[in-house]
Amino acid sequence: MDTALNLNHIGFLLDGALWTLVLSLMAFLGGGLAGFAVAMGRIAPQRIIRILTTGYVQLVQGTPLLVIMFVIYFGLPTLGFSISPLLAAGLSMTIYVSAYLGEIWRGAIQSVPRAQWEAAECLALSRGQRMFKVILPQAIRIATPPTVGFSVQIIKNTSLASVVGFVELTRAGQLINNSIFEPFMIYLIIAGLYFCLCFPVSLLSRRLERTGVARAQRIELVSA
Amino acid sequence: MILDFTLIIARWQMLMDGAWLTVQLAAVTTLTGFLVGTLCAVARRSRFRLAASTAGLYVEAIRNTPFLVQIFLVYFGLSSLGLSLSAVTVAIIALTINVGAYTAEIMRAGFDSIHRGQWEAAETLGLTKFQQYWHVALRPAMERVYPSLSSQFILLMLASSVTSQISTEELTAAANFIQSETYRPLETYLLIALIYVALSLAMRVVFWGIGMIIFPRRRRLGTSL
Repeated sequence: MDTALNLNHIGFLLDGALWTLVLSLMAFLGGGLAGFAVAMGRIAPQRIIRILTTGYVQLVQGTPLLVIMFVIYFGLPTLGFSISPLLAAGLSMTIYVSAYLGEIWRGAIQSVPRAQWEAAECLALSRGQRMFKVILPQAIRIATPPTVGFSVQIIKNTSLASVVGFVELTRAGQLINNSIFEPFMIYLIIAGLYFCLCFPVSLLSRRLERTGVARAQRIELVSA
Repeated sequence: MILDFTLIIARWQMLMDGAWLTVQLAAVTTLTGFLVGTLCAVARRSRFRLAASTAGLYVEAIRNTPFLVQIFLVYFGLSSLGLSLSAVTVAIIALTINVGAYTAEIMRAGFDSIHRGQWEAAETLGLTKFQQYWHVALRPAMERVYPSLSSQFILLMLASSVTSQISTEELTAAANFIQSETYRPLETYLLIALIYVALSLAMRVVFWGIGMIIFPRRRRLGTSL
């Protein structure tokens, strides 16, 4: 039984990397939509909505993603929902991402100067118009660098989906390891592949942060 | 279907043992991780190119790969070196390596935020580099980044759940065992999710208390942490 690492194995790993990307994208889109709702809920005028969303964020941020995955993947079937690994992983990641992105975006929205709200109100814009035409366009600029930074966390955390049997990059590596028994080498390759996925995103987020700081300083100079 | 916790409550002791190991793991690796991270931050800011670039490489490598893969690398790497260590030891090493990289970035930001004049004044007084860091920079740097430090260490406690994958018998592993015995996965995992939430709230309170003790200025001004 000596099978060495060959091109088929590498192809299988790249396939896994593709699924890692698909899952990351699902998590980002699902988590982004839900996160937007969370951010809106956190600054809602109704107290009860604020309390409920704060509770949701505290619960999710206080629970490890691994445990969320177990609740969804092993828990939901006992309630009578049958759920595929992809759906379970996507749903867990969505819940996890929504709590963190929601908080990042709430911070961005709240850091838009108050005068902007007041000016928009003076122009007799409705609450929806104020939010979508005045505040959000400015908040998006503030939110972009930390959002891109958090995407690195999303890509890395999809590795936990391997635990519920979804064949992404880490699980693909484990499967190959089961047949050739060279764990150290395999995990090094996997780590290298994750690095190739994450490092460009990290660099992008750092660059956005730098240009953001430069822009903020320029604005300060102008207003000073 | 109705949630039934009786079978799980009967195994309460096992959950408590698991939670206790999680607390111990978090406490130990918070200290070791802070030590490694601070040393790396100092190395990254040093004049010696080699030290700075090695520390930079370490930080980037760790921050851009998943913890699950890191823990397997440490686990299989150490055993292929012929070291047979217990799962808990491997977990502590892997968690320290992981959180050290994040702490290094946070502490570096803290040291960078110390005003130039402070460093120059310390140098004028003839303090060595070590004395400058230890007596002048460390505490105000920590004070400035204390909120990010404490949330990083809470994330570390949550990340310790991943060590269940190399059979460390902490809270998540205890839950895996209990659910395989009782066939009550939903109840078990919901319960440990609540325990984790309680642990992270408790950690937040503890960090707030520590902050009040070690940063007297914060205590006097009453600024929140």
